[in-house]
Amino acid sequence: MSLTRRIANLFSRSRVQDDIDAELRSHIDMRTSDNIAKGMSPEAARRDALLRFGNPTAINERTTGADTALTLASIAGDIRFAARQLARSPGFAWTSILTLALGIGACTAIFSAIKPILIDPLPYPQARQLMMLREMGPSGGPRAVNFATFHGLSERTRSFSSLAVMRAWQPAMTSADRPERLEGQRVSADYFRTLGIAPILGRDFTADDDRFQGPNNVILSGTLWRRHFSADPAIVGRQVRLNDTLFTVIGVMPPTFQNMLASSAELWAPLQYNPALPIDGREWGHHLRMIGRLRPGVQNKQAIGELHTILQAFGQQNAAGYNGTGGVPSGMVVDPLQKALTSGVRPALLAILGAVVFVMLIACVNVANLLLARGAQRRAEFALRAALGAARSRVVRQLLTETILLATIGAALGIAVAAAALRALIALSPPGLPQVHAMIIDPAALVFALAVAAIVGIVLGLVPAFQLSREDLNTGMRRASRATAGTRQWARRALVVSEISLAAVLLVGTGLLLRSMQHLFAVDPGFDPTHVLTMQVQTSGRRFDTDAARVRFFADALDRVRQLPGVVSAGFTTQLPLSGDGDVYGMELQGETAVQQTPALRYAVTAGYIETMHIPLVRGRLLNNHDIAGAPPAVLIDQSLADLKFPRQDPIGHLVRVGPDAGNTARPWATVVGVLGDVKQTSLSIGGEQAFYISTAQWVWTDAAQTLVVRTQGEPAALAATVREAIWSVDKDQPIVQVATMDSLVAASEVQRHFVLMLFEAFALAGLLLAAIGIYGVLAGSVNERTREIGVRAALGASRRSILTLIVRQGMTPVALGLLIGLTTAVLASQAIAAFLFNTSRFDFLTYAGVTALLLTVSAAACLLPARRATTINPVDALRAE
Amino acid sequence: MAKNDLQGTLDLLVLKTLAQVRELHGYGIVLHIQRASDELLSVEEGSLYPALHRMEQSDWITSAWALTDTGRKAKFYKLTPAGRRQLAAAEKSFDQLVKGIRAVLRYA
Repeated sequence: MSLTRRIANLFSRSRVQDDIDAELRSHIDMRTSDNIAKGMSPEAARRDALLRFGNPTAINERTTGADTALTLASIAGDIRFAARQLARSPGFAWTSILTLALGIGACTAIFSAIKPILIDPLPYPQARQLMMLREMGPSGGPRAVNFATFHGLSERTRSFSSLAVMRAWQPAMTSADRPERLEGQRVSADYFRTLGIAPILGRDFTADDDRFQGPNNVILSGTLWRRHFSADPAIVGRQVRLNDTLFTVIGVMPPTFQNMLASSAELWAPLQYNPALPIDGREWGHHLRMIGRLRPGVQNKQAIGELHTILQAFGQQNAAGYNGTGGVPSGMVVDPLQKALTSGVRPALLAILGAVVFVMLIACVNVANLLLARGAQRRAEFALRAALGAARSRVVRQLLTETILLATIGAALGIAVAAAALRALIALSPPGLPQVHAMIIDPAALVFALAVAAIVGIVLGLVPAFQLSREDLNTGMRRASRATAGTRQWARRALVVSEISLAAVLLVGTGLLLRSMQHLFAVDPGFDPTHVLTMQVQTSGRRFDTDAARVRFFADALDRVRQLPGVVSAGFTTQLPLSGDGDVYGMELQGETAVQQTPALRYAVTAGYIETMHIPLVRGRLLNNHDIAGAPPAVLIDQSLADLKFPRQDPIGHLVRVGPDAGNTARPWATVVGVLGDVKQTSLSIGGEQAFYISTAQWVWTDAAQTLVVRTQGEPAALAATVREAIWSVDKDQPIVQVATMDSLVAASEVQRHFVLMLFEAFALAGLLLAAIGIYGVLAGSVNERTREIGVRAALGASRRSILTLIVRQGMTPVALGLLIGLTTAVLASQAIAAFLFNTSRFDFLTYAGVTALLLTVSAAACLLPARRATTINPVDALRAE
Repeated sequence: MAKNDLQGTLDLLVLKTLAQVRELHGYGIVLHIQRASDELLSVEEGSLYPALHRMEQSDWITSAWALTDTGRKAKFYKLTPAGRRQLAAAEKSFDQLVKGIRAVLRYA
């Protein structure tokens, strides 16, 4: 049969069926006339012909079934039939559909959220070739790249077709009345070429732009070009004023360009570092991010090997420069860019995906239970259809059609659920979650939802089908009217067991996260965050080109702030704990070789900072107004650094060199004058970070951006505007950003963990509810079926109490088994969330005990309701009900 | 003999019949098998049709409506080259089966 005819058959089912009918009829007619020829009466001849032939309707169905094209058409018939069946029991249908819709919807929402981050390639050509590169410090840990390393590698590498470095840049645009601070990046010349995206207007950066003291050129993003310059097509060549300096616009990036490395960046200027690598310059500071594009065919491993070889020679030649900044790197860490950008959120997303799959499974078990009960009611129907000539495979197909139809309607509603859930998810998502704008219900998500529906439909359809195959259809009719308790019990118990075990795993996961959160917020951050207001103050413009000007500005600003009513104390620091800052420099101890130098967090602070933060002084003295430029340099170290460098001795009075001075014999030694308590810088969960503090005036340079901390008498947020005005009264053109209370920074530092916990709580609650409904449904169903048996027991003198015990015991046995399996699984599954646990063992006793108690209570309640009803059954009614 | 094995045998009988008679309708195939087997084999008449349609789907046979000798309209089936190959393969495997069963029966 030709393909076109088969397809044509699809649309003309009746014609093809007529054809088969005609063929079968001609057969029967020929047999009949032969029989007449043999001398039978016409009636006898026809009866004999039909008898020999068998049931023509059944034969026709089997024949059409042999025709592939017609199978499709008969499926349409099956679907119509299934829809009628479902419409006949709307309670069952809607309960199943809604349960599935919730399950599929939650799964689809999570899938849609994860897809753009973990599955879709980055929006760049040949994105697989893009790599993120980090330096490996002498002790093995990864750290940010410095310009020297980039310069050394990019001149020599053959494995990468291009390398680029970048750092954040927040210029103030001073064209308007108030300075507007913009997010931008300083990038090396090859940045856009490495990503593979070119400007739509003007030109890309060239090596001539990115040279030391080169021209002030800038490339704008498509959005900034529209917002500020009304998409002026003649923008190239125009000048804009940034930080009091005129920059020439040389290009505009396409509006579709997504900058995955700094998603809010709106303008780019060349880095313009000094390739001569002056020993005390920023060229040695580890504050750059580096990306590279591998040449086609080059493997990651080869590249790492090549870079290692290059670095060994380059590091030896430039040991002096590296020694002031934590030592010569031992190699490079090269990760695919996508992996590097998502590594922070990947474990969280995968754990959430796992949790939602558990909810989905519980939903499926619930629907399976409903199907089981329905299958029992329909046994007579199936038996009847078998007696009328339906093959068993035909009945199974009908059952599959029904469950797939249920699941498909569930999926359709689920997509609506997913759209709503995804919106909520985005609204609640922690800042820094990449690709949030790409989280949409796209065709892939629809395919995903339908695929889940198909799998669920088939698996669920096999439940009643399996039940069906376990018994002889012919006895089904006879037994249908009798209430039998035994046969289905094992299946129901299995459902309870799986439901309880799934819920237990979810609850243990949630419990462990809750305990972690509890421990985490009990952690001492090393300072007192209450009543502290923070804000970053920046100096911008030509008049702040000298250190002296900056020092004067910050000092004046501090004076004004201190005089404000409601201000207890105030101080400036170059980095603020738990704000995302992380500024690491080397420290050289007198008598130490370069290799032994320790990288540590640098806090260049004014007098008043440590006092304002209430960082405890362990021994020695604090920094004060005598630690000024020209005075003998004084350094404070934290407890961790003291323990590491001065075990069992008093660090006070030891001589050190810090930052660019480390290893530079021309520079004077500084004296350790005090030891401070440890402060949590990166996160509440990371302890033991080494740090040193030095007076801003004694550090080699004055940072252009510093963070003000103010301890207030009252609510700190209320003072924000006043403090800002006080600073602007010194100089009204200085941008002030990141205004926040220290309390909110502490909370925000754990926002990702909190997000994971919140989703787990939601899923665990949904799982617990579904499981409770499921257990109740199973037990209520079994009590209903056993009405007669219970009636007999009661009639034979069983006490109310003994019946109650019987029902509860039979209900709780699978619950206990489910708990056992669930808790064992949880011990293994908790590995997946181990990364989010803090000071909490995966085997935390309290969590496991709590989950056990909770599930036992909920199950007991679900048991007790039907059990109580069972005891109220009147034996006479129960027996008469038959 | 189990149902599935019988189906293979039915295919073989139908293909062989069409190889000998060239073109025949379903009823004719039933009669031919009965006659050729000296009334030893009788095909369950209805179950022939799903088999015929399945074989047509597999492109072993083709069909066309035509008139019988008595002037009655009937659907006639004919072997295709693929059907001929299938017949050869089926005959060979059936021979093997018969030989094997004979050998077992003689063994006692």
